Amino acid sequence: MFKAKFKEAVICFGAGRVTLSYPFEPVKVPAKFRGKIEFDAKKCIGCGGCANVCPPRCIVIEDMGGIAKITFFLDRCIQCARCYEVCPEKAIWPTDQFETATPDKSDLKSEMTLWMSSCQRCGRCFETDNAIDKFHSKRWRGRGPEKENEHGIFPVKPPIDFTHPLLVVREDEEPI
Amino acid sequence: MISDLCKKMFGKSLWLFHANCGACNGCDIEVIDVLTPYYDVERFGMKLVGSPRHADALVISGSVSRQVAPALRRLYEATPDPKVTIAVGACAVGGNIWFDTYNVLGGADKVVPVNVYIPGCPPRPEAIIYGAALVLGLVGKKLSPQCQQHLPPGFHLEEHLKDWQSDPVITRR
Repeated sequence: MFKAKFKEAVICFGAGRVTLSYPFEPVKVPAKFRGKIEFDAKKCIGCGGCANVCPPRCIVIEDMGGIAKITFFLDRCIQCARCYEVCPEKAIWPTDQFETATPDKSDLKSEMTLWMSSCQRCGRCFETDNAIDKFHSKRWRGRGPEKENEHGIFPVKPPIDFTHPLLVVREDEEPI
Repeated sequence: MISDLCKKMFGKSLWLFHANCGACNGCDIEVIDVLTPYYDVERFGMKLVGSPRHADALVISGSVSRQVAPALRRLYEATPDPKVTIAVGACAVGGNIWFDTYNVLGGADKVVPVNVYIPGCPPRPEAIIYGAALVLGLVGKKLSPQCQQHLPPGFHLEEHLKDWQSDPVITRR
C-alpha cells in the first residue's frame, strides 16, 4: 500500500503545475474565437440584416426620419456572430475580447447613429440602390474621397461615370 | 467603488452560493469548471457552499423565470449582509433570447440588486475568473460603452430629433 502511495506521489510531482495564473497574466484565446462584437459606423449601410438574424434581438434599429439609430444590447448578446456572417459590408465583427464583466449594466449598451434616405410613404430608412441618387448623397462611397463644402448636407456632385456597372443598362433589362 | 468595499469586507475568502434560476446548465458547468484545478478559483478563497446562510456571494445563472423569482428573492434575503450578487451568463444579465417572454422576467436585476454582470452564453471560464477578480478588486474594468455617429457635416442631430418626436418611430429588429 505504501508502495502505491509512493508511486502516486511521484506521478503527482512529475505532473508539475497546471493551474493558469490567469488574472495576473493575460491568456490567449483560440483562433476564430467569438467574443464581444464591435462595429464601424463608417462601413455600415443600415440595411438591418444583422437585426433580422440576431437570435436574442440584441440589435435594434429605430428609424427616425433620415436617421437610423442602431442600439446594441450586449447584455443579451450570445456571441453567435451571425451578424458578422450576414453583414454585406463586414461592418460588424466579433473580437477576441472576453473580459466583459462589469459592475455597471450601462456599459453593455452601445449606439450607432447613421444618416440615411427615408421612404416618403412609410418613413422607413433605406440605403438607396440607385447610383444617381447616391451621387448626391454624402454616403456615396463608390468613388473617391468625400468632399465637404458649403453646400451642407449634399456635397459637390461628382461627374457621372457612365461606365459604372450600376449605370450601364443591359440589353435584357428594361430601363427604369 | 465596489472593489474597495469588497477589499474591506471580504478580505479573507468569499464563499459562493450558486443559484440556478432556470439555466440550461451551460453556465453551471462553466462555474463548476472554474473550481477545477486548471482554472482554480479556490486560490482566491472562493468555494461553493450548500446554504445561502453560509454564503457571502450569490452566483445567479439562468433567466429568472416567473416561478423562481420569489424563491430567488427569499434566497437573497436569507444571505447575511454584506453580500455580493454576481449574475453569470447572458440569461441572468439581460434575459438572453427570452428577454421578452411572458414567463421570464429577463434578468436577475429585475428581482434582486446585482453587483457584477458577467455576460456571455456561456461565459468563458476565464471570463468568470475575471469577474471574480473584479469582485475582489484584483483587476480593473475594461469595458466601456461605444457611441458612434456617421452624419454629414453641418447636420444637427438634436434639432432633427426634436422635429421628429411627433411622428412614430419605426423599429426594425
